[in-house]
Amino acid sequence: MPKIILHSPTGALFTVDAQIGASVMETAVKHGVPGIVAECGGALSCATCHVYIADSFIDLTGQADDFEDEMLDDTASVRKPNSRLSCQIRMTAALDGLEAEIAPEQ
Amino acid sequence: MTLLTNSVTACTGTLIVGAGQAGLQLAVSLRENGYSAPITIAGAEPWGAYQRPPLSKSFLNGDVDEDNLSLRATDFYTENAIDARIGTRIWDIRLAASGRGGEAFTGDGRVLGFEKLALTTGSRPRRLTIPGADLTGVCYLRSIPDATHLRTLLGVAHTVVVIGGGFIGLEAAAAARRRGLDVTLVESYGRLLQRVVAPPVSAFYRGAHDRRGVHFRLGSGVIALHGDERVTGVELSDGTVLPADVVIVGIGVEPRIELAHRLGLTCSRGIVVDESARTSNPTVVAAGDCTVQPHPQHPDTLVSLESVQNAVDQAKVAAATLLGRNRPPTTVPWFWSDQGDLKLQIAGLSTGFDDFVVRGEPDSESFSVLYYRDGHLIAADAVNRPHDFMAVKRALSLGSTIPSEEATNTDFTLKALIRAVDAPLPAGRRP
Ligand SMILES: Cc1cc2nc3c(=O)[nH]c(=O)nc-3n(C[C@H](O)[C@H](O)[C@H](O)COP(=O)(O)OP(=O)(O)OC[C@H]3O[C@@H](n4cnc5c(N)ncnc54)[C@H](O)[C@@H]3O)c2cc1C
Ligand code: FES
Repeated sequence: MPKIILHSPTGALFTVDAQIGASVMETAVKHGVPGIVAECGGALSCATCHVYIADSFIDLTGQADDFEDEMLDDTASVRKPNSRLSCQIRMTAALDGLEAEIAPEQ
Repeated sequence: MTLLTNSVTACTGTLIVGAGQAGLQLAVSLRENGYSAPITIAGAEPWGAYQRPPLSKSFLNGDVDEDNLSLRATDFYTENAIDARIGTRIWDIRLAASGRGGEAFTGDGRVLGFEKLALTTGSRPRRLTIPGADLTGVCYLRSIPDATHLRTLLGVAHTVVVIGGGFIGLEAAAAARRRGLDVTLVESYGRLLQRVVAPPVSAFYRGAHDRRGVHFRLGSGVIALHGDERVTGVELSDGTVLPADVVIVGIGVEPRIELAHRLGLTCSRGIVVDESARTSNPTVVAAGDCTVQPHPQHPDTLVSLESVQNAVDQAKVAAATLLGRNRPPTTVPWFWSDQGDLKLQIAGLSTGFDDFVVRGEPDSESFSVLYYRDGHLIAADAVNRPHDFMAVKRALSLGSTIPSEEATNTDFTLKALIRAVDAPLPAGRRP
């Protein structure tokens, strides 16, 4: 199982096992990682699953599509070049070790 | 109300009846707020809490599976000392005569004692009651088995009739069209989504689904379903029989209020709760689809809000009430509906609007409708227009407005047009 390493806004570090095909958001929420709210459960409708992807993984996670790009403009925490909505990143074997910081406000 | 005279089991902790979106959130919020007594969630379905929205969307399309729907991993419950009794239906509840706690009786003869009680029993789909309603091939969409069954049938079907032009009917119609099936949607009102959106939005959805190949019979009642064992046709009030090998029924829901009735709680359409999620018995709270609550701006009117956002936020309020804490800050009601590639996001409650404006061109499949009451912004429907949705949601959460005469100007983002409600009105603006 690929692993995801998440830095929570409180400074705590969480390492969770992900199922291939499950989103980063889904994996975090299911394991009770605090900080990702995910009000819409991954429907790309709420922008409350905002994370900053570690530089070394940016290329592997790909680009936000147009809709996600627009949603990212209005996130509660500042948008950065490495901002993504974590429900839009599905886990693959290649993403093993994916590291991201959860945005402080959702 | 049935009162319990001799308590036989220890009354400890909180019992949450219904392991859905609201029930889970209630348990999570109790723990987050430091509640350390036992928490039991009894859920009639054989799964832990799961998401329903994908059942008419990505799950029906086959893009996600049962595993993806579950809201928490099994470990989560153990780690947070939440005793999730799945496959456990509560048949009866008795409150102790002392007014403190009581007992719940499960389908398999167990008795669960509790000190605090929360009802999060959700709703069930309204059933058709016309001849032929029990034929094979007539489907509803509420649970994993419903959606799994429908998904299988759609895999071999040719001709689908959808009864009901609400969100679930339209989402299911889009999913069936995506599979290339012949789809006709029948709606008894003259327009789609009649209860929830303004006419331009209804007209837009009619046109957009029409362009994607859905046939419509609006203003048509269904009087019978035809077939021997399997459904073969849908008879309309004008005598037309539409051929069908699958019929999808999406004609609304009925809150599950049986237990509330047994407890003598005041119910109308759903369990009546106040803004603190308290039922008519102040020791019992309720949240989610099973409730009706005061409209946030017009508290004399009771509304039922069937949405994930409401289930979650009302459950947070209910948890605070059980713990005797202050109500968490009020949130802006919101909703979404994905119909194929059309993404609708709704912020606020448009019921009772006296004016609306359309921003953008509906024909471009990217536009918004902003709703006003007494000159103030109360809600918006945004189709493929996330910036507008987010701006209106923000304006409403700030208690601000977006002047209607400026809102249609697409040279400006709505975010830039947010104004304090008491800001001076532009000249010529009606009150
Ligand atoms: C197909 C579909 C699509 C939807 N799409 C959207 C959408 O896009 N956006 C949105 O915001 N909302 C959507 N909704 C609505 C949303 O899913 C509901 O508002 C939400 O699930 C309500 O949560 P709840 O906890 O109140 O009820 P439920 O999720 O219905 O949970 C109630 C649970 O209680 C159990 N229960 C009932 N009685 C008992 C008893 N006596 N003992 C034990 N258990 C009991 C039930 O079995 C059920 O599991 C959709 C719903 C459906 C069905
Ligand atoms: S969970 Fe709502 S946008 Fe990601």
